[in-house]
Parts: sequence; structure tokens; C-alpha cells
Amino acid sequence: MSIALEIKNLHASIGEQPILKGIDLLVKQGEIHALMGPNGSGKSTLAYTLAGHPAYEPTAGQVIFGGEDLLEMEADERSRAGLFLAFQYPAAVPGVTLAKFLRQTINSRRQAENPEDKGISIPAFRRLLTEKMDMLGIDHKFAGRYLNEGFSGGEKKRVEILQMATVEPKIAIMDETDSGLDIDALRIVSEGAMRLYREMNMGALVITHYQRILDYIKPDYVHIMMDGRIVESGGPDLALKLEEHGYDWLREKHGVVEEA
Amino acid sequence: MTTFTKDAVEKLSASLNEPAWMLEFRLKAFEIYEATPMPTTKDEAWRRTNLRQLNFDEFGPSINGDAATDAVIPSYLGEQLTTDKAGGNLLQIDGVTKKYNLSDELKAQGVIFCDMHEAVAQHPDLIKQYFMTKGVQVTEGKFAALHGAFWCGGTFLYVPKNVKADAPMHSVLWSENGRTFTHTLAVVETGAEAILMDEYASAEGEVPGLHNGVIELLVGDNASLVYAGLQDFGQNVWQFNHERGRVGRDGKLDWVTSIMGTRLTKAFQTLELDQQGAWGRMSGIFFTNGRQHLDMDTEQIHNAGDTVSDLLYKGALKEKSRVVWQGMIKALPGSQRIDGFQANRNLMLDKTARADSIPGLEIEADDVRCTHASAVGKLDEEELFYLMSRGIPRKTAVEMSVQGFFDPLMRRIPYEGIQERIFGRIVEKIG
Ligand SMILES: Nc1ncnc2c1ncn2[C@@H]1O[C@H](COP(=O)(O)OP(=O)(O)OP(=O)(O)O)[C@@H](O)[C@H]1O
Ligand SMILES: [Mg+2]
Repeated sequence: MSIALEIKNLHASIGEQPILKGIDLLVKQGEIHALMGPNGSGKSTLAYTLAGHPAYEPTAGQVIFGGEDLLEMEADERSRAGLFLAFQYPAAVPGVTLAKFLRQTINSRRQAENPEDKGISIPAFRRLLTEKMDMLGIDHKFAGRYLNEGFSGGEKKRVEILQMATVEPKIAIMDETDSGLDIDALRIVSEGAMRLYREMNMGALVITHYQRILDYIKPDYVHIMMDGRIVESGGPDLALKLEEHGYDWLREKHGVVEEA
Repeated sequence: MTTFTKDAVEKLSASLNEPAWMLEFRLKAFEIYEATPMPTTKDEAWRRTNLRQLNFDEFGPSINGDAATDAVIPSYLGEQLTTDKAGGNLLQIDGVTKKYNLSDELKAQGVIFCDMHEAVAQHPDLIKQYFMTKGVQVTEGKFAALHGAFWCGGTFLYVPKNVKADAPMHSVLWSENGRTFTHTLAVVETGAEAILMDEYASAEGEVPGLHNGVIELLVGDNASLVYAGLQDFGQNVWQFNHERGRVGRDGKLDWVTSIMGTRLTKAFQTLELDQQGAWGRMSGIFFTNGRQHLDMDTEQIHNAGDTVSDLLYKGALKEKSRVVWQGMIKALPGSQRIDGFQANRNLMLDKTARADSIPGLEIEADDVRCTHASAVGKLDEEELFYLMSRGIPRKTAVEMSVQGFFDPLMRRIPYEGIQERIFGRIVEKIG
């Protein structure tokens, strides 16, 4: 069954500070949406709010995911329901190896379905991990390293996509996965992500500042966010227009004052 | 009830059929015990541990023969640690041996691994030479003297010159009657190598119990010992320990301590690097909850130059438990080019718990590198969110995060089975 992420008039605050000021967006499985916008416009805030970070408080509006009220779910339930966020700044988890962590992400899914489940067998997990790591060009020795601890910026981004490949979500949000990746890595990771989208019929919300990643991950729709709102939506050409003209024409058009 | 009297010393020694020299040793220790006042919070080392609630004489010694023969002990205790190599296994209940084996290979190499009473009977020369002579002294304090007088049961390991015992020795001391005075003595001669896993445990009980133990680890020149002392007594037990490791020229002592149990533990742990090139590492893993009180005094003593000591103690604290760690690095005059490190990191799982970290340096040489660090932290919410965002429920995320905190130290325990078991206990304690 195909599901969708449906965001209706979403408002959210960090502490007392309203950041999201009414977001409307519909992302269906099989669709790729790009989300662009100047620094500080609220893109990551949208991502965190959807993922259920406790510091981001939805104050109005609704988010429906696969027919359920997403905002009522805990962060882990959202993930198990099929929503995935590839973080702009992934946290380090000292003392927990990448392999142990990935195995737990699989086992938590299985045990949520069936509390008696003993978890994935070690050989089956090894096979799966090797296959996914090879697809994304990740050295196998990363499996034994503590998660994100001392990883370079680009290594963290690859590992985010490795996680996506492991949990196989229905809808993924990729928050600036392209930043920090070198030119070859950008291609490998984008192609890997694209293959997953196609194979799994995933939906995606790709947050980025640059056209580059969109050469590999071809969006069906492009949205521009400014000051906590989506101010413009269009096709792939909108991203090209931004690349050429920047944001000023949009600021003028929508009367947004540039922040100091 | 028999309590700590001279008469009780004689009775204990007689029940063990000990030679006269050991009785003499005990009686001397008893004299010192009697002459030493009970420590109070006015003594520097006891400032943070109050024994007022301890009705000491009520415990009395553990006289041989009162060990329950049908004690129910967890099945994993006393098992062989590796499937490929047979080493030695020794299981004692209240200091009385219940199960024992040592591989023919190790026997042929001259390795001695047996209970302490067997060692007194069979290897008197070694015991006279090493028992509370080079490691812990009966004069070190009230509880060291008490132990000298009333010690009962424990483990003796002797590895002769240049013998590399590649299979582990596993010793388990289970307490059923709640009174144990076990003694561990490991002697690893020049060029020899050994691994000793030493477990202390009992079931939860209602009546207060006592463990008064001594651990002596003597590592010769060019020798190496990996020692893990793993304690998981019930929370009815009061524990008073004196422990000392000594390392000879270019020797290595890798010393891991795990503390999960007891109502109260006061442990003195000293590492002495006696000769050039000696290396010692002390790793501490502890988790306290309820009203547990854990007070550790550690010392890293550099008696020679070009020696390295590295101490890292990590603990998690819950509820109203309290942990005190007081560490000291000492360098004697002339101990040049030494490298000493000490750190204590505590993870506070509840606001009501309390931890005190008191690092210290007494350095009388000038060309030294000594550093210390201590830190308290809480669970990292960003880390937990990250784990949860991948579908891991909060409870599991907390368990992973706490396990992660201990993981680098846990890896220093050479057996995965034991690591898993301690991780299991940690998860149980997180609740
Ligand atoms: N923890 C916080 N406390 C206060 N303000 C915050 C916090 N996190 C974000 N903000 C503010 O919210 C606004 C939106 O930030 P957000 O990270 O969502 O922007 P973004 O669109 O992702 O920017 P970028 O393109 O630089 O990643 C910014 O003004 C930022 O300073
Ligand atoms: Mg951002």
C-alpha cells in the first residue's frame, strides 16, 4: 500500500521562538521533492519537527503519515512507521559500534512486530551489512567503529544513507546530505539513494542548497522555503532558476526581509 | 554466635588442619587487629564512609563447615570460559571448594591453581614467601589485620618462570552464609604470562553480610598478568577489601575491577610499579543503585623510573547511591620519566545520586608526565533522540547509551561471555 506524508498548516517553535509559520506539503511514495531556501529559513526545523525531536514543538497544524497522526507518535514509532531523516548534523554515539547500532535498528523493528522475535541472525546481518556498505562505497572496517565518533563530515553522511538503506523507509527526508561529500562520494551516495528510491518506491524530501545533487536525484517538485513558509513550488527548473538568480527575486516577490 | 576472638582464630585454624606457622601468622594478625581502632570518619581515608550502622561483631568469622552443601548458584558460574582451550576452574562456596579442575597441559607446565588452603598444605614454601608479605600487609589497617586473622578460602595461582599459560583460570567465590574472608594470591614469575578471572557473588539476602577480602597480584620481571576481579554480591553485604598489585622490570599488569553489588564497599587498591619499564593499567567498572555506597581508594605508585600507570574508573549511579573515588599518583624521588594517568568519569542517571572524585598527585621527581581528569555527565538527549529516530525505543536507547559509556573498558575484559554477562547486569540495573 502506498502511503503519503501530508503536512497541513504546520507551525512549530523552538522554546518561545516560532520558526515554522504554516507549512503545507504533500509527499507521496514514489515522488521526489526538493526543498531549498536560504540559511535559517527553517528547513532543518521542519525535518526535526517531523522526526519528533523533543525540543521542537508543533504549535498548530497537522501531519498525517500513512493515515495516522504523526505528531502523536514518539520518535521511534515514526521511524518504525516508515519515516526516515538523514541528519544534517548526525550525533555521535560513543561506545556503540555502527554494526551493533544497525543490528538494533533492525531488531527493534522486528520486536515491535513480534515481542518474541530473537532478532536477525549474525550471518544474515553480516551479509546484509556487507552488501549495503559495498553499494555505498563504505569501508567494512567502519562496522566496528563507534557510531559517528571521529567520522569525517562526508563519512557521517555516507553512514546516514547506509542507515536509510538498512531500515528501508517509505518516505525519507535527506537534510543536506550533499554537504561534506566530495565529488565522487556525492555521485556514489546519490546514485545509491536513487536506486533505493526506485527499488523501494520510496518518497523523498531532499533538502539542499545546490543543484549538484539534483543532477543525480532528479526531483519531480521543487519547493522554496523562506522565513518558515514555503513561498514557491514548481518543477525541476525552479532549482536551476535559483542557481542562476539566487533568492532576491523571491524575497521581493514575497516581501521577505533578509535577516541580518 | 562466635565473634572475632582469639579463641575463634584458633578454632578456625584447627578446623582447617593448618600447620603451626599459619596459626602463628593468624594470631599475630589478630593482635594487630585488636590493637587497631575501628576506623571513623575522622580518619582521612574513611572521611566519606561512615561505619556507624555496621554492627561489626554480629558477623563473626566464617568457620569451615557451615557452607551450605546444596547452595543454588547461577549455572554460568564455574563454567569454562573458552570452548577451545581448557584452563582452570575453581568454584568455592563460603570459602570451601565445590568444584575444581586444571588442565593437564597447565599442570605439566608446573602451573599451580588451587584453593588457598590446599596451597598452604601443599606449597608451604611459596605461601610463606608470598602470603601477605609483598602485597598487602596485615598492618595496613583494621580490615587487613582482620583478614590476616580470619581469612578463609580463596584462590592461589602460581605460574613458574617463562611459562605462558594461554588458557584462562576462572575462580568463583560464592557466598551462602554471608560471611566470606577470601584471599586471592597470584604469583607470576619472571617471563611468565597468565589470565585470571576472579568472581565474587552471592544472592540477595535480608540479613547483613560481610566480605573481608584481600587480593595480591605479584607480577615478576618481563611477566604479564591480566586480572579481572568481578564482584556481584547481594546488596545486604558490606565489603572491606585491600588489594595490591606489584610489577617488576618490564612487567605488565592489566587489572580490571567490576563492582555491581554490596550495600557498602570500601576498597583500597594499590598498584606498585617497582622496576624500570613496569606497566600497569587499572580499569574500573561500577554501577550503583538504591542506597549502595561505594568508596574506592586507588594508588598508583611509581617506585622506579620509566614506568607507566594508567587508571580509568567509570561508573553509573542511580537513585540514592553514592560513589567516592579518591585516587593518588605517587612518584618517589628519582623516579624519572614516568607517565601516570588517572581519570574517573561518572554517569549520573538520577539527580538524587552523589559522586565525589578526588584525584591527587604526590610527585617527588621532576621529569614526569602526570595527568588526571574527572567528569560527571548525564545521558545525552541528542544521542538518545538519534537512536530513537532509527526506530529504537527509548528504553533500549538508554541501555545502549549506558553500555556505550562502559564499552571501552568492557573490552579490556578478555572474555566476551563475561562482558555480555556484566552488560546484562547493567541493563537489569537500569531497570
Ligand atoms: N535550538 C535552537 N534555539 C534557538 N533557535 C534555533 C535553534 N535551532 C534553530 N534555531 C533557529 O531557527 C531558525 C531555523 O533554523 P534551521 O536550522 O531550521 O534553518 P535551515 O533552513 O535548516 O538553515 P541551513 O540552511 O543553514 O541549514 C534559525 O534562525 C535558527 O537560528
Ligand atoms: Mg539546516
